[in-house]
This record gives sequence, structure tokens and C-alpha cells, in this order.
Amino acid sequence: MTTAAATRRWTKPPFIKDPRLRWGLGLGAAIYLAFAFGTVDVNWMRVIEGLPRGQRFVAGFFPPDFVSRWAEILDGIYESLWMTVASTVIGIAISIPVALGGARNLAPAPIYFLCRGIFAVSRSFQEVILAIFFVKLFGFGPFAGFVTLSVATVGFYGKLLAEDIEDMDPEQAEAVRATGANWFQWLNYAIQPQVMPRMIGLGLYRFDINFRESAIVGIVGGGGIGATLNTAFDRYEYDSAAAILLIIIGIVMVVEYTSGYVRKWVQ
Amino acid sequence: MPVREEQGTKAWQRRDRGTQFAIWAGWLAGTAVFVYCWQLISDKTMWHFVIDAPAQAADLGERMVPPDWAYLNKLWRPTWDTINIATLGTVLALVLAVPTAFCAARNTTPSAAIVRPIALFVIVSSRSINSLIWALVLVAIVGPGVFAGIIAIALRSIGFCAKLLYEAIEEIDESQVEAIRATGASGAQILAYGIAPQVLPAFAGISVFRWDINIRESTVLGLVGAGGIGLQLNASIMNLEWSKVTVILLVIISTVIISEWVSAKVRHAII
Amino acid sequence: MLRLESLVKRYKTGDEALKGIDLEVPDGQVMALIGPSGAGKSTLIRCVNRLVEPTSGRIYLGDLELTTLSAGQLRKARRRMGMIFQEYALVERLSVMENVLSGRLGYSGFWRSYFRKFPQSDIDEAFRLLERVGLDHMVDKRADELSGGQRQRVGICRALIQNPELLLIDEPTASLDPKTSRQIMRLVVELCEERHLAAIINIHDVLLAQMFAKRVVGLENGTVVYDGPADKLTADVLTQIYGEEDWSATIRKVDDEEGGAEEELAEDHLPQIDRDRLAGMQ
Repeated sequence: MTTAAATRRWTKPPFIKDPRLRWGLGLGAAIYLAFAFGTVDVNWMRVIEGLPRGQRFVAGFFPPDFVSRWAEILDGIYESLWMTVASTVIGIAISIPVALGGARNLAPAPIYFLCRGIFAVSRSFQEVILAIFFVKLFGFGPFAGFVTLSVATVGFYGKLLAEDIEDMDPEQAEAVRATGANWFQWLNYAIQPQVMPRMIGLGLYRFDINFRESAIVGIVGGGGIGATLNTAFDRYEYDSAAAILLIIIGIVMVVEYTSGYVRKWVQ
Repeated sequence: MPVREEQGTKAWQRRDRGTQFAIWAGWLAGTAVFVYCWQLISDKTMWHFVIDAPAQAADLGERMVPPDWAYLNKLWRPTWDTINIATLGTVLALVLAVPTAFCAARNTTPSAAIVRPIALFVIVSSRSINSLIWALVLVAIVGPGVFAGIIAIALRSIGFCAKLLYEAIEEIDESQVEAIRATGASGAQILAYGIAPQVLPAFAGISVFRWDINIRESTVLGLVGAGGIGLQLNASIMNLEWSKVTVILLVIISTVIISEWVSAKVRHAII
Repeated sequence: MLRLESLVKRYKTGDEALKGIDLEVPDGQVMALIGPSGAGKSTLIRCVNRLVEPTSGRIYLGDLELTTLSAGQLRKARRRMGMIFQEYALVERLSVMENVLSGRLGYSGFWRSYFRKFPQSDIDEAFRLLERVGLDHMVDKRADELSGGQRQRVGICRALIQNPELLLIDEPTASLDPKTSRQIMRLVVELCEERHLAAIINIHDVLLAQMFAKRVVGLENGTVVYDGPADKLTADVLTQIYGEEDWSATIRKVDDEEGGAEEELAEDHLPQIDRDRLAGMQ
């Protein structure tokens, strides 16, 4: 390549064209990482010390003990499932009108901002934070968990549904409006068919998430399998905890497999 | 058949009778399940607590305002820790998720019989277990602090990132890979020239998306001792310092909204 | 039938799409609206049924003034105006029958339409129309399974089942191949004659406009620059509407038509180059 003076050199053009931006971003990332690692004071002694303990800890998980706490586990799983079903249904039922209000092409500005505000607030707080408050308000038990998951569902499902409504084909909507349809007929004939497959897909996805989250709202008193799990940890019954975790994994796998199948079917 | 002939006139129904019946039965069953679930929840609920909730809420609201703004100054460090947990956790997760994804994708896995099921199990386990539970376990192992939080976030995110990434890998255009293979490229070269360019945008999108989620997740890890602003939240709630709680919640909400905005901007720039 | 009085539409961006249009369409007349892209054709017909709100001016459908109607009255008035769209605008995930019946929404209550319980007379009419356009065997196909020409036929049925007095037709052939375009235009004109309907057809294909409409209105930059019989479209007029071009082939084509040439054959006679040029001009 370097033999002839006329040889043209080629190098791969960089991903970011502007060299200042490129180096700036690189430098920024390096500085950030340096600072971040600097402030994470890992107590390596503690970690090393913890490793054998961790080993024992992990060993405590095996073999998983399904038997001795079976009744409590079953109870917790059932409770989680009820919470999941109820909160998914109610959450979706509430999010549909909110999503209509949160779609820019349907709602006037004040309603739009109100609904988007609802999404932002309910999405900003992790389920556990919501659960702490609802347990405070409604007392311990599955009702608080149910309310938590419903609120979280509104934020998740409503926002994604609103975005889907915004992405719909306006021509189809216009055509139905031109027939003299009223607003509800318009929703039913022009909007609903367009967003239905995604609504079902998202609903199943949220069901899956709600089940997983139901395992943690219990940690702060929101009922469900999380409560059982927390008790198992508190009693140092790690073998039972392992059993619970495996059951959660199993159920999530089943739900995921089923929902993948249903989604293909509604397309 | 939705169209029926009846005395010379054609009747039309949206669905034939069987389908219609199945749909009604489905709705009925769904409603029954819901009512049953509701019944069970309500059996376990102390309704007088629920009825009392508005009064509780009013009481709580009264104690939460005005916010204790002075407390804000003590929150910068925890917020910084929270962001670090999310960022470093995401980076660590990505490092581990990439090989997992290549092992899990049908078209790149070294062995469909052994490696792929293992990779899939890793993915589903990591996805099924919330980072808070991971944190609970890790605090016991490595001790409380930011480090446990980073690992917890990473363990939870591997599954998420690897799943989306392996789906992207499975959707690539095989003919491009074939073309590279036809040049006599080695396995690693095929990866670099045939597959990587196709999944890179997806990879970048997934990273930013997960980072955004992780910011939200890392705000609660402190509840079990794994560092970040959750520690302060937990302490304030324990001490019933509700005016501090308000400030913490406001800090969380602004952090999350800013991170969401950043993530949307970056994703927009990538696509 | 339809009368526009100094109709003005100014968009929020400040673009003046219509600059005081005065136009009258008598009963049963099929009128072609031609003009370059951006001349305001689409805006004009959308102003008539107020899918686009006019800025000022008045629109009369018969004796009814449309511009001042309340939302409920407007829905009633929209029933009297059928609309046909360029990209068919069928609701793709609904079946052919549901799409056709959606034309009866203005006559039906919400719950009836929700449960798809339309009166038998509507169903009969839907079958009649589908038979008329040759799609009665496709009743339960989903709209996204149909070809372009078939979709447009369903679109026509949806407009006609409204039992309208006026059809608003927006570029009905822009997404269709030349042969299907002619079939669709012929169908529209025949149906208008059968039912004595007035129609405004937005069309950018001058040849088709001349072939199927008696009256042509040329719109340029938001104003009417030609209003007269199709056979009086001279090179000068076309230049005024579209700008400088060699129009001889287009006009010769009209003479052929008057000589009684078969339309389908005339299409074959048409030199390919002119089609391309006309297409490019848009």
C-alpha cells in the first residue's frame, strides 16, 4: 500500500463525524467512569470475607425445598395470581380512557397534558415505592398489592397504547368520520380495529410483568408470593426461598410461552 | 359462515354462531375468573382499613407538605450513587449479555442441543427475578452498599438485554451473512462483517432503553441496603419524616424524567 | 345541489390553500377537478364535508348551509355526502362487509353498530352494491386481503350505501394501474348516472378527467382558472393550469374520444411517452 506515492489510503470512516464531538464523548465517558468507580467504595475485604459466606449461602439454596413450606408457598402463589389477574384487568380498563386522552391526535391539549402527567407519575415510581404508600393507606395484604399493580399498569399500558393510537393510519380514521359516524362509532370502527392486536399483545406482556412484580410488592407488605419469599429469607430458610424462585421462573416461562403463542394468533 | 340465505334474502352476521358463542363463552369465563379473584382478594382485605384510606391519605398529605427543602443538599450523593448503580450495572450486564445472546440465537449458537438451552435458562432466570430480590441475596453475600446494587442490576438486566438482542440476531438478513461467508471469511470475521453491523443499532437501542429502566429500578435497591437513594427513602419512612420523603420522591421523579428524556433523545439519534 | 361561496382556507402554517372559491355543482353532474399537486384540490373537497374546517366562506348543500352546523347536525349532513379516497382508506382489519356497513354508521345508533346489528334493509343494500361492483363473493374477506382495484370498489360501496346526494372523490385512481383506473372511473360515472348523483372528482390525470367528466374545473394555487366543458380544454388552458408543456398529445386524445374510439383501445394508442410526461409533471 505504501509503495507508490499515488496509493490512496482508506480507513473506516468514524461513526461520529465531528471529531470534537467524538473525542468529547469519549473523554466524557472516561471521566465519568473514573469518577463513578472512584465513588463506588467496594470494600474488597468484605467481599473476600463474604465469598465463603456467599458460598455457604448459595449452598443453602440447594437442594430447593418444595415440601416443608408447601402450603404457604401454594397460598402465596395463588394470592399472587389473583392479584395479577385482578390488577391487569382493572389496570387495562382504566388505562383505555386515559390512553385516549393521552393520544395527541384525539385529545385537546389540556386533557392530553393531564393524561401524560398521569403516565409520567405512575411510571416514575418503581412498584415498591408505590406499594409502600398503598400499604400505608390500605393496610397489609393483597389489596394494597392489587392497587399498586393496577396503578403501575395504567402508566405502562396507557402510555404504550396512547403511542400506538398516535401511530395509527389517519386515512382510515378520516374515512369513517366522513360517513357521519359519531365519536363512539368512530372509535369502534376506525381506532379499535387498528390498535386491537397491539392491545392484546401488550395486555399479555403486562400480565407477565405484573406477576413478576407481585413477587416484590410482598416484600413491603403487599401480599402475594413476595410475602412468602420475604418470610423465607427472614427465617434463613434459603432452600424454601430457592423453591419459590424456581416456581416464579417456571410460571413466568409458561406465561411467556403462552403469550407468544396468543400474540401470533391475533396478528 | 356469516352469510345465510333465508327465504331469498341474505342475512349477514359478523361472525357465525359457533364463533359468536365461543366469544361469549370466553367473556363469561373471563368475567367469572375475575370475579373469583376479586372475591379472594376481598376475603383477605381488612375493609375498614380501606374505608379509612381517604382519611389516612389526607393525614399523610398534611405531613408531607411543606417539603423539607433543606434535606435536598444531603441527597446529591445518593442520587449520584443511584445513577452509578444504573449505569455501571447496565455496562456490566451488556458485557455479559452479548455472549449469552449469541449463544441463545438459533443462527449463531455453537450448539443447539446444549449451549442454547443453557443460555435460554440463564435469560429466563435473570428476567424472572426482580433486581430487588437479587439485591436481597447480594447484600447477604457481598455486604450492603453500592457494589451489591450494581451486581443486582447487572444480573437482572442480562436476561432483558440478551433476550432482545438474540431476537434481533435471529431476525438478521441471512443473505448478507451468506455473502460474507462466501468470501471465505472465518467465524469471527463473519460475526464482525455479517452480523454485527446488522444488530448494532438494536444493541444501542436496547442499551439505552435498559439504562432508562435501571435508573428507575436502582431508586429502590436501597430499601434492602444495596445503596442509592432508596437508603434515604427507607430511613425517612422508618423515622416517619414525611416532609423528607416528599423531597426524595421529587428527586426520584425528576431523575427518572430526565433519564427518560435522555434515553429518548439518544434512541432518536441512533435510529 | 352544492354551492361554494368565496370559500377560503388558510392553514395554521399560514399557507393559503383556497383563495375565495365560488363554485356550483348542479344535481346529477359529474365534475372533474384538475390541477397540479398543492393546488388545493384535496383541501377543497375536505372543506365540503368539513373534515377540514374552512376559514371563511359559505357552503350550501341544497338549502342547508354546512359551515355553521353543530357537530351533531354536521354528522347528519355528512350522511348525504359519500367520500371515496385515494388510498382507499378501508379499515384494514375489518371485513369487506363491515367496511361497507360502516357507511351506515351515520344512520345507526352506537350499540347497534357496536354489535354489528344493522337493519336487514342495510344488509340487503350492501349485498346489492357488492354484487353491482362484482365483489359479492368476498363479503367476509378482510380488507387487507384485497387488491387495489377491489379495495376501491369496496370504498365505492361504502360511499354509496350512505345513500348520498353528492359524492366527494379524492384521486380515486392515483394508486391504481391504468386499466383498473379506467374501470373504476367508468364504474363511478355509471353509478352516478344510475342514481342521479352529483360528484366532484379530484383527479390529476387530465386524460381520465376528459374521458369521464362532462365538466372540468381547473384549480391552480387556490383559485379556479378554468371552468367549462371537458372538450374545450385547449393547450392554452392546460398551460394556464399546469404551466408550459407540449399538450398536443393530450388534446389529440380528446378528438379520438369524440370520434367514438373505444376507451380501452384508446389507451393502447396513447403514446407511452405522454403518460410518463404527465406522470412526471405531477
